[in-house]
Amino acid sequence: MTDLRELILKISQAKDKLELQNFKTQFLGKNSQINQEFKKLGSLSEDEKKIKASSLNKEKQKITEAINNRSMDLEKSEISQKLQKNKVDVTLPGREQPNGKIHPVSQVIDEISSIFSEIGFSVAEGPDVETEYNNFTALNTPESHPARDMHDTFYLDDNKKTLLRTHTSPVQIRTMLSGKPPFKIIVPGRTYRCDSDQTHAPMFHQLEGLHIDKDITMGHLKGCLDYFVKEFFEVKKIKMRFRPSHFPFTEPSAEVDIGYKLENGRIVVGEGDKWLEILGCGMVHPNVLKNTKVDTKKYQGYAFGMGIDRLAMLKYGINDLRSFFETDYRWLNYFGFDPLDVPTNYRGLSR
Amino acid sequence: MIITLSWLKNHLSTSANLEKIIDKLTSIGLEVEEIKEAKNELSDFKIAKVLKVEKHPNADKLKLCDVSLGDGKEIKKVVCGADNARNGLVTIYAPPGSIIPKTKMKLKIAKIRGVESHGMLCSGKELNITDDSEGIIELQNRDKDIGKNYFRNKGEKSIDLSITPNRPDCLGVRGIARDLASAGLGKLLNIKKNKTKQIFSQPIKISITKEKNQGCSAFGACYIKNITNKESPLWLKERITSLGLKPISAVVDVTNFVMFDLNRPLHAYDADKIDKEIIVRNSKIGEGFIGLDENKYKLTNNMCVISDRSGPLGLGGIIGGTRSGTELRTKNILLESAYFHPNSVRKTSSTLGINTDAKYRFERGIDPNSIKEGLEVAANLIIKICGGEMSKISIAGKPKINSKVIKIDNNKFKKVIGIPISSAETKKILNSLGFETKISKNNSQIKVPSWRPDVQQDIDIVEELIRIKGFDKISLTQPERSRNKDTLSFQQKLFHLSQRAIATKGYLEAVTWSFTDSQIDNHFSQGKKEIKITNPISSDLNVLRTSIFSNLIIYLKKNQDRGYLDLSLFEIGPVFFGKKPGEQQTVVGGLKSGMINRKSWESKPRNVDVFDVKVDTIKTLVELGLDENSLYVSNKSQDHYNPGRSGSINLKSENGPLLAFFGEIHPAILSTLDLKEQVVSGFEIFLKNMPEPIKKYRFTKKDYSISEFQKSERDFAFIVDNEFKAGDVKEIISQADTNLIKKVKIFDVFSGGNMPEGKKSIAINVTIQSMEKTLSQKDLDQVSQKIINVVKTKTGGTIRS
Repeated sequence: MTDLRELILKISQAKDKLELQNFKTQFLGKNSQINQEFKKLGSLSEDEKKIKASSLNKEKQKITEAINNRSMDLEKSEISQKLQKNKVDVTLPGREQPNGKIHPVSQVIDEISSIFSEIGFSVAEGPDVETEYNNFTALNTPESHPARDMHDTFYLDDNKKTLLRTHTSPVQIRTMLSGKPPFKIIVPGRTYRCDSDQTHAPMFHQLEGLHIDKDITMGHLKGCLDYFVKEFFEVKKIKMRFRPSHFPFTEPSAEVDIGYKLENGRIVVGEGDKWLEILGCGMVHPNVLKNTKVDTKKYQGYAFGMGIDRLAMLKYGINDLRSFFETDYRWLNYFGFDPLDVPTNYRGLSR
Repeated sequence: MIITLSWLKNHLSTSANLEKIIDKLTSIGLEVEEIKEAKNELSDFKIAKVLKVEKHPNADKLKLCDVSLGDGKEIKKVVCGADNARNGLVTIYAPPGSIIPKTKMKLKIAKIRGVESHGMLCSGKELNITDDSEGIIELQNRDKDIGKNYFRNKGEKSIDLSITPNRPDCLGVRGIARDLASAGLGKLLNIKKNKTKQIFSQPIKISITKEKNQGCSAFGACYIKNITNKESPLWLKERITSLGLKPISAVVDVTNFVMFDLNRPLHAYDADKIDKEIIVRNSKIGEGFIGLDENKYKLTNNMCVISDRSGPLGLGGIIGGTRSGTELRTKNILLESAYFHPNSVRKTSSTLGINTDAKYRFERGIDPNSIKEGLEVAANLIIKICGGEMSKISIAGKPKINSKVIKIDNNKFKKVIGIPISSAETKKILNSLGFETKISKNNSQIKVPSWRPDVQQDIDIVEELIRIKGFDKISLTQPERSRNKDTLSFQQKLFHLSQRAIATKGYLEAVTWSFTDSQIDNHFSQGKKEIKITNPISSDLNVLRTSIFSNLIIYLKKNQDRGYLDLSLFEIGPVFFGKKPGEQQTVVGGLKSGMINRKSWESKPRNVDVFDVKVDTIKTLVELGLDENSLYVSNKSQDHYNPGRSGSINLKSENGPLLAFFGEIHPAILSTLDLKEQVVSGFEIFLKNMPEPIKKYRFTKKDYSISEFQKSERDFAFIVDNEFKAGDVKEIISQADTNLIKKVKIFDVFSGGNMPEGKKSIAINVTIQSMEKTLSQKDLDQVSQKIINVVKTKTGGTIRS
């Protein structure tokens, strides 16, 4: 019999599946040497038979094993050859999936809503077209009031009875007239004034805040704004100053400045020796509460208003207010936010 | 309101420096806008460079010079006669309005030999610097100073204050001094009392007519005779120029000085020009006069005029007229100190479009009790400068008003501000501001000074107290972290969600004006009436938008014009359907233009089309919480869409609430607007029609059940009329056996070729599965037959063999 080792070597060198098949027939088939040996077993004694059979089986097993191994090897190399043929250049571009963006104003409104949600404010809204009464008179700004001059108002009729709201404050009136205290709302929205230059746009966004309840003091107002400003700018400490000012619908009234410094031409909020005005606020004027049928003996509270676009500019380093509304594809791409970047309190307000 | 330190110190004895004063002003609510060098008579003269010299077309000796006041500033065209005017010369420029020191002449824009000269270039002699009148001044090495003042300031700083409309008293230096003194920054000085003798009675008859809407309640006057009106002395000129005004004559300068010093506007008439008497009355339509600003004013009814027998001399509290104006040769004057009602002044001035310093003060409220004091101070000054004798003071109308008394609960301060205040401090603050106080155990009586029209009720007293005490003293109360109400309503949630839903589909969010160009809007308004803005900022922003597309398409085009063609934009915001509050709805609108797979190495490029926006719309509606099966799609849309390639989505049925339109924008609109791409597709989603679920989603889900048995798929091809909608065929099949048919999918549609005329083939894949058993071949055949039959009966369609 041919040497077993020689056989196995031959098998392991079979060059393809066909040759391997031939080897299989040759070494294990009917006419194979091993099969001849098995046939001869019958002529042997029981003891010899046992020994011989066992050794033959072992041989057969080894050959079978070798064939299987070689078969697997051949298979593998065949696949890898095939894969090699189907190889692609993975540096080619993938199929395009355009990225959308959220406008900075919307993102900042989401941030603000998330911050005020934490301390129990709900979001209220009102129409863009307002009555002269809600926009001015009910807010303790009668027609003769010079403060009206500060609002360059768009009118929709010659009698100046309907207008585009000049601030979000008329929503205070709507909210208080349609419900019962306590009130705890924020109102983000579009506001309009007919001036337009580098720093003014005929439309901009304001955030109104109103909190009316029993025993709400100016200390609460301070606390609320201190909390908001820290959360919004994501700083632990903030330099903040309340300056007396005048709004017809609040008394006392204040404007609020925050400290900042310039670092490489960018505004860094929180410290520094410069002041930046960010909002106006005050205790809601008793006349406003009376106009909205709120019992001034029982209830009082505060209101505030701030420019959302300005907050966005400050936080995200945007210089030009007018660019917000120009819908330049490049600008929207650059300053816009990924839609999955949803401001939340637990994942963080901003990336 | 502009003040200088030296003027302030006329009323305030203080050792505080400028910085301290500025800080204090800010902290008591008198906002400091700007600190700058105080203006003086010479601050008009600027260092300037002659850029270009040309010959005057009509005069040999004159030259036309282009004069620069620095980069970025407007170039001044000046006519100049000097020989040495030449290119590159640095010299001194005097603008129109400046007064030449040598001649005291006020420069005007004038035509010199037919060419307008805006100012002049000065010689040393004209400026009283040298005696050199040969040519204009030549400055060496001053290039870096171009645009700056030539004459150095004496170091006086002026403080520009932004005074809030409630504080007319601070429109005078004295009011500001009083506030500072109250806040502990010094002592308010007393006004020196007038010593001038008043020896004769005021000779001109003055009356205020009693009529409805009379705008004047008191008219005080003083007659000064035998004056020599002249140029004001230096101290007065300095005061006037520091305000940014031009000195005119002693009489006028004194009245202006008193207005800014005490917030007491006055007016001086040339008494000899008054026709007999002064009548303060309502104007009648058709009357008119020429104002001191040289404008002709035509009056309507019921404006408060100061008139004599010949007619109006001026508008009370707003502007005087030229007919009775004082001049340098004026000998006798009548000084007016009156009280005009804020509303009347405001109404008249806004009707006529006049803004003057007096008007600004009267409409905010002048101290009605300052009539006499104002006349005395002014007359005293005029006589000091111009000589003459003053009459006794006459006051027509109400000479004084009684002070308001406000009762305030002593606890009110703490209740509103959150911190206590002692009665000693209350008293100190209020008294120093001019309030009289009577403090009892529980409440106090506060008498309000006549110069504080803003203080009306107890809350205003609280404001005064905390303003002076300091807002920094208010202690901060931490907000409570609790929530009793949902932050957002259902509609607000939809708003936020739809924003992000659309953005995830590749659209960039835009925020555009709520108003737009009516010409563009008309393309999308479905013939709705324009909602015009009475006073638009420009003619192309003249209406409220009736469609979300109006602005988006304008900006789409602008971006295309910049060379960006593959664009997806969206906006969520209001569109309007009327002028009344609330006649608006929130719409989510998107526009998509350009190509999919533009310049792709592996896919075929194609234009964006209706199906791109259809899938975006439906997917968004599903993301907003609707079941895709509840969306009814039809090919009805609006005029601004391509009628054959657009549709609408309603809830549940054709007549259900309208949720959205989608489709390609009408090609006619694209060509009118000259858009670069052939196809622009868009969608509009109407959030108000989204149904608000009654229950939370988790409670509306059916029990979870899935089939344990094998599913089978069968393909069908039906030949139906071209008119028949694929969506309807799909729906018919879905309903054929709702127990067994789990899914129906259209995978091919074609017509033409060997299809009969007017017919099309729809290939449909149907998934069939039972909850109870594995379906046998027979069962499947039965379902198939059912499908074929029902399609045939309902559509007339036949199965393709």
